Amino acid sequence: MEIKDADRKRLLEDLVLSHAPHIRDTQSVPLVMWLVVLALLPATIFSCYIYGLYVALVIAVSIISALISESIMQYLLKKPITINDGSAAITGLLLAMNLPPHVPLWIPAIGSAFSIIIAKQLFGGLGYNIFNPALAGRAFLLASWPVEMTTLWHTFPGGYVITQHPVFDPSMPQQLVDSISGATPLGALKEGPKVLHELSLTTAPLYDFLFSKAMIKSLFIGNIGGCIGETSALLLLVGALLLLWKRIITWHIPVSYIATVALIMGIYYYFQGIHQLHYAVLFHIFSGGLILGAFYMATDMVTSPVTKSGMIIFGIGCGILASVIRLWGGYPEGVSYSILLMNAVTPLIDRLTKPKVFGVR
Amino acid sequence: MMIHSFHGGIHPPENKHFTNRIPFKYLSVPQKCYIPLQQHIGKPATPIVEVGQFVEEGQLIGQANGLISANVHATVPGKVIEIAEYHTPYSEHGLCVVIEAEGSFSTSGKIREKNDITPMDKSTLLEKVKAAGIVGLGGAAFPTAVKLNPPANRTIDTLIINGSECEPYLTVDDMLMQTHPEEIIEGIHISMKILGVSKAFIGVEKNKALAIKALQNAVTNTKSEGISVVPLRTRYPQGAEKQLIYTITGREVPSGGLPMDVNVVVQNVGTIYAIREAVLFDKPLIERYITVTGKIVKKPGNYKVRFGTRVIDILEECGGLTENPGKIIMGGPMCGLALNHMDIPIVKGTSGILFLAKDEVEVNSFRACIRCGRCVSVCPMNLLPCDLGNAVEKQRYDIAEKLHPFDCIMCGSCSYVCPSKRPLSHFIKVVQTVLSAKR
Repeated sequence: MEIKDADRKRLLEDLVLSHAPHIRDTQSVPLVMWLVVLALLPATIFSCYIYGLYVALVIAVSIISALISESIMQYLLKKPITINDGSAAITGLLLAMNLPPHVPLWIPAIGSAFSIIIAKQLFGGLGYNIFNPALAGRAFLLASWPVEMTTLWHTFPGGYVITQHPVFDPSMPQQLVDSISGATPLGALKEGPKVLHELSLTTAPLYDFLFSKAMIKSLFIGNIGGCIGETSALLLLVGALLLLWKRIITWHIPVSYIATVALIMGIYYYFQGIHQLHYAVLFHIFSGGLILGAFYMATDMVTSPVTKSGMIIFGIGCGILASVIRLWGGYPEGVSYSILLMNAVTPLIDRLTKPKVFGVR
Repeated sequence: MMIHSFHGGIHPPENKHFTNRIPFKYLSVPQKCYIPLQQHIGKPATPIVEVGQFVEEGQLIGQANGLISANVHATVPGKVIEIAEYHTPYSEHGLCVVIEAEGSFSTSGKIREKNDITPMDKSTLLEKVKAAGIVGLGGAAFPTAVKLNPPANRTIDTLIINGSECEPYLTVDDMLMQTHPEEIIEGIHISMKILGVSKAFIGVEKNKALAIKALQNAVTNTKSEGISVVPLRTRYPQGAEKQLIYTITGREVPSGGLPMDVNVVVQNVGTIYAIREAVLFDKPLIERYITVTGKIVKKPGNYKVRFGTRVIDILEECGGLTENPGKIIMGGPMCGLALNHMDIPIVKGTSGILFLAKDEVEVNSFRACIRCGRCVSVCPMNLLPCDLGNAVEKQRYDIAEKLHPFDCIMCGSCSYVCPSKRPLSHFIKVVQTVLSAKR
């Protein structure tokens, strides 16, 4: 076959010139972000089911506020508007998951705006932020409106917050029952001992109630009181499996994070001398925001280390901080602050864990 | 034997099915051959023919110039009609000897008599390799005689034959191992004699099962001692020299060093085949096998091509394309060179021509780095491509310099995996260029 001169020219019309490599992996930033949203979907839907449809409204307001804030900031900063890359949507969704189910709608609106405007865009946008925007937003809300952020839990029929169907031992002091039935499981763990101390009683009845098979089951399935994203450990793990399978995240941060919490709690309760040690450890793994934080927030690529060893250090650091806050801090839950604090040291971890270059001694 | 695993690596779609069962075919010789005097790393050869002169097939037309250089031979018989600058893979203005084919082929198709190498000593053998103008056919095109003759202060104890062919699409080495295993073994024996080594390993990725089987049978049939076939995990860039040496011997070529620093010489299977041809038949390197491939090529295959044949001539022989190409690549898709026209000649280091369709070419603009660390986890040299890229974007070459940019082997794995589509290996190339210019 002979190619004519005219055809030769035509053949070159669409040629692209660029440096190697000439093929690329199919994964892109938008795909990664939307897959994270997809992974969070089962747990989100379950929350709407267990806490009511108002939750969907909170989530919607949070996401819409994030998207609007992102567009306005990018417009003002004369940058291309990239709200379809999914990153702002994730921030909105994750922030909502860190809110109590019955917060007034201005809370997610303001929180998301803070996350995007202050914590993300003013630092330079996606890729340049130091702190996880959703967690920065939550910290801002918690500091500004502590009452709204810590009291507006969902009340199950019967007036219970702690779980949908708590079964209190008849021998349990009434003051303790009154105190913990209106708290989240971690809140109960924090407040219960104070009540018992006033009554000059040991913590045994509280621990028997919290560190029990029934409680672990509730925590795992998710019919418990807490933030929107703190319900079903099971469904969060299902989503996490998708992210691990698609290699959006790696095991390093979540496993080192959760293992550290488990280890510290194991040692602590061992020295407390309690007999249901495994339940105590499982209680701390499945309660609060540990699963959500470890798999979906600590793994935020922008704010976590780039090397595998760095990720493990990061996870261990998160685990220590979260445990210390839970056991000795003023707040019942320490997951978000642990991640925020470790975000701050991420550049340092990156510097300390530079890989050994092949062939360099 | 212990197999060591190098860090990182990627698994791009192999796309070898287009050509990995298609036997070699000869392409007809073009009417005009544009033979570059530089087809290797080092100094270009010096032309020793004149315009108007008639040359025979295989006649020396360019004399190696200096220590690191290689002879260039007439790939077709005919008349030298021009010695002028043309666009070659090595330069926009590469000096080429243009030969118009004419007359008869003096060697091709004739029955050949084997030289007896038993009485030949190392220097005689080396001289034959050097005279034939052999360079590394894996792509780097380093003069082979230089590689086979390390300085006196280096002892070589291991010869590694690179048959991994980890680049997607390319199948020439695979086909060569499938169809000429005994010739390859013979070439290895010659190379072992030149180097004075008793151990040779042929590294082949496991996705080339037929090649592995053929080589293993050849080793058994020829009762070769000291030669073993090493099946390797299929992973890009398994065929990168440093990674291959590490996988097979566990030795790390020091930063800035060469394989001989760890007592190893690596040769591509194609080179080994050429060494055999040169030593046994005094045949100069005037042709090679290349893969012409891509889903838009009408007749993809593995072809034997004379150097100086232009891409356009090859395309005509392969029946043309089903649609306009989005990219024309000389070499493989990971390391190859994108072309902007088809008048470029095939040279010794060309392993294939790949035509990508428009829908296979991404022209996305890139985003900011999100520090996902994928580039770090795939880098076979354990570099921080993300940090190098960010430093280049800010033109902070002082920062980039500390991140070992010169250890980058340009495998492109980082760019391949980057979800922000950042051209990371290109950024690193920029660092290398800027810093080299400063030095």
